[in-house]
Amino acid sequence: MTEELDAGLVAEQIAESGEQSSPDGTRQIGQARRRKEDAKLITGQTRWTDNITLPGLLHMAVLRSPMAHARISRVDVSAAIKRPGVIAAFSGADLAADLGSLPCAWPVTADMVHPDHPPLATEEVRYVGDAVAVVVARGRYQAADALEAIEVEYEPLPPVLDMEEALKDEALVHSDKGTNKCFLWPFDGGDYDAAKAKAEVVLKRRFIQQRLIPTALEPRCVVVEPIAAANEFTVYSATQIPHILRVMLALVTSIPEHKIRVIAPDVGGGFGSKLNVYAEEVIALVVAKRLGRPVKWTESRSEGYQATIHGRDQIQDIEIAAKRDGTILGLSVDLKADMGAYLQLVTPGIPILGAFMFNSIYKMEGYRFRCTGVFTTKTPTDAYRGAGRPEATYAIERIMTELAVELGIDPMEIRRKNWIKHEEFPYETIAGMTYDSGNYEAATDRAMQLFGYDELLREQQERRDRHDPVQLGIGISTFTEMCGLAPSRVLGSLSYGAGGWEAASIRMLPTGKVEVVTGTSPHGQGHGTSWSQIAADALGVAFEDVEVIHGDTDSAPMGMDTYGSRSLVVGGVAVHLAAQKVIEKARRVAAHMLEADEGDIDFAAGSFSVKGSPEASKTIQDVALATFAAHDLPEGMEPSINADAVLDPENFSFPHGTHLCAVEIDTETGFTKIRSYVAVDDIGNVINPMIVEGQVHGGLAQGIAQALYEEAVYDAEGNLITGSLVDYLVPAAPDLPEFTTDRTVTAATSNPLGVKGVGEAGTIASTPAVMNAVVDALRPYGVNDIRMPATPERVWRAIQEGSSGGERSAAGTVSYGGAQTAATAGGAE
Amino acid sequence: MPRIEVTVDGVNYVDEVEPRLLLAHYLRDELGLVGTPIGCDTSNCGSCTVHVDGMSVKSCSMLAVQADGAEITTIQGIAGEGATALHPMQQAFHEKHALQCGYCTPGMIMAAIDLLKDNPSPSDEEIRHGLEGNLCRCTGYQNIVRAVAQAATAEVAR
Repeated sequence: MTEELDAGLVAEQIAESGEQSSPDGTRQIGQARRRKEDAKLITGQTRWTDNITLPGLLHMAVLRSPMAHARISRVDVSAAIKRPGVIAAFSGADLAADLGSLPCAWPVTADMVHPDHPPLATEEVRYVGDAVAVVVARGRYQAADALEAIEVEYEPLPPVLDMEEALKDEALVHSDKGTNKCFLWPFDGGDYDAAKAKAEVVLKRRFIQQRLIPTALEPRCVVVEPIAAANEFTVYSATQIPHILRVMLALVTSIPEHKIRVIAPDVGGGFGSKLNVYAEEVIALVVAKRLGRPVKWTESRSEGYQATIHGRDQIQDIEIAAKRDGTILGLSVDLKADMGAYLQLVTPGIPILGAFMFNSIYKMEGYRFRCTGVFTTKTPTDAYRGAGRPEATYAIERIMTELAVELGIDPMEIRRKNWIKHEEFPYETIAGMTYDSGNYEAATDRAMQLFGYDELLREQQERRDRHDPVQLGIGISTFTEMCGLAPSRVLGSLSYGAGGWEAASIRMLPTGKVEVVTGTSPHGQGHGTSWSQIAADALGVAFEDVEVIHGDTDSAPMGMDTYGSRSLVVGGVAVHLAAQKVIEKARRVAAHMLEADEGDIDFAAGSFSVKGSPEASKTIQDVALATFAAHDLPEGMEPSINADAVLDPENFSFPHGTHLCAVEIDTETGFTKIRSYVAVDDIGNVINPMIVEGQVHGGLAQGIAQALYEEAVYDAEGNLITGSLVDYLVPAAPDLPEFTTDRTVTAATSNPLGVKGVGEAGTIASTPAVMNAVVDALRPYGVNDIRMPATPERVWRAIQEGSSGGERSAAGTVSYGGAQTAATAGGAE
Repeated sequence: MPRIEVTVDGVNYVDEVEPRLLLAHYLRDELGLVGTPIGCDTSNCGSCTVHVDGMSVKSCSMLAVQADGAEITTIQGIAGEGATALHPMQQAFHEKHALQCGYCTPGMIMAAIDLLKDNPSPSDEEIRHGLEGNLCRCTGYQNIVRAVAQAATAEVAR
């Protein structure tokens, strides 16, 4: 089913939507309801983890390695303990017996090299920022001051910074392992060699996914409240994953799982960076246990830039085989993925997620994927918004455009020629995924219409003809993604350590109000609002009468948390399923109250009525109260219409869309300005179009930031020289354009709500759209690639040299990240 | 330790503070006014923006002792009387979905109010430039621009 939205931009829908919901009639799903979450956030009545204070609270500060790689010969904390306000100080050796090793839940191959990851280093430090010792003091400033008094002696070891150098195994990150290669993960679909043998053209390209820093605006923070006598602990953490964190803390520290309660209070963004189990969470727990007092640790931004995971960082060698008419025959992908110094929670799995996405929306006969994980002496990498899929989408969308140029075909035409037609769904791809639904034609047609593709092409030609100093570039990205992580059996087949189910409970309160308990853990996504809309529609109750409870392993005990655009597709659908169970239980009570057969009871708009006599009815609130009173229930029925649902979907979901970008490049300065950006996304049915539009906007901003602004840069000694917000360019309002967004709707067939997820779509689609536009603008200058981010310096150099503006050989240091110098890290002014 | 006297959100406080204590930490840790969050250590993000004598200031870039004698307004006091009252800028942020995680929101709202004081009818471009000292990682800024534009219209209409 395809239905194009006539209503146009979501803003109009906001204007049209009323504030009051009506249980009878108005469907909540699809309405731009304003968010329930906002009241506390706009008034400052928020509960960020750092806001929490407790009697006797102590502040912890962490001493970090200033060296990328060194042997620790001595740590002496004795002078720190004598500093004012200091209660205790610990070296790694002091706590080693309790700390365990930080977990990696995704051993992608049986022979993966999996080094120990001590939360506090004891023998070696392996990246700048590796934790070495901690101080605990009465005051925040006192703890920071006392770090200066800790004495550490290091024997320097060679840093390992470049992945290809690292694979020579000359200097080792983990000397006991004998290699810097973490794993080789191969995957084949069809027969690539056979497909290539038939090819008339084979195009090879190397793309670099630079290292990125997620930069959630709330720094990480953890507060541990112990009841030492009972060996019980409450852990407040700025985390995306309270449930997973609880399991992992139990496994790492040997404190029993049922003695740990984890609370994710208000959490200020994550983007994958808070999808982890961090050293400081474990250390604070162990220190609070030792001292019997509550302990808080809050990272500073600069500290977090070293000690919170980074994202991306891949070298992609791509080969595409095709006929001269543009028909794709095969695709070969050889990835090197930088793990950093250690494996964090899902580090090795991130590039593997891309394995099923390089083929994207295109049909082909053969596909080869090889991924090599590599250790370096840098901050560990892990999930960053999109996690594996932006990298894949970038590579395929860039090389599709390059193939079009090579063959002299319009870049949109070559996509149309090769993509899965809407009548071909469900479609099993060369990578073995079954795409349940999609309509690439509809999304593309809408995007082309909004963008004015042909007029822009005409203007581009005019600018080229008159050698205008400002050149116009047009970029295309027709993307899909797999999200809604998701089927436990598939995750199991990929050696992931857990399932992908999600839980929901619905509690019908005696006064007719409804509590929805969800296992997802929102940190900006608005689940409180969207889940209320789902429950309100399913139960026929008012939107305002629903409260959503999340983020506390006591009150929401079952869950797999929020990441991978999974929350709605798994957790939101679970709410819908729990509501169906409530209705079935309530139907039995209603039948009893109405003295009718259960089979004769209809349910609509919150009321149970007897077939044929609609005047005989009971509302679901009547039934909730009668069940609470329990004076006269059906024989043998327990006095509850509450229900739980745990959903394990049968498939991933596959949102898609067409994004078009026009850039203007000042060829004299190299400055790139996005002139227009059109995003038409098909994310299936929509619960709240206002929230969806917001997710798309934010995703676009992050994808554009990868294309134009952001890069984590290390120097030749392994120092992170983009180590603060001064040096790492997170775009501000003037750096981003006004976006034009719209949607087409092709409902997912894999869940009853027909939803697909939207959290990562904008990020995944936008980076190649922008970079295709940048390269397109520079095509007349002999440029066929630009290293990301496309800073003015890189663009200007590319124009001068007719090259890609920063090949590896041109890098200023041994690290390919060093192709960007500190002076130009800022990019746009 | 130096003694300071400040008025914060209409309440008078007299305190002895360390000379190096940041205003942001004074508000949060000494007064418990945790509605003003801290997002960086280089005065780039603007999350901690408050008004000092009517001007927007990043409270991490000012010492508490420098605020001696000043009148300070935080996000918790901007609406005036009543715990549920909203300033038009707060209302506009809600109506235009100008926040997601909400961490940058207090600073963004305080900066935007000050922006409209200087320029009551800004263009979208002027709004973007006026807020360049405040970072948001969630929204891509588009709805923030819409919210500030709406608040400007509402203010002019008053």
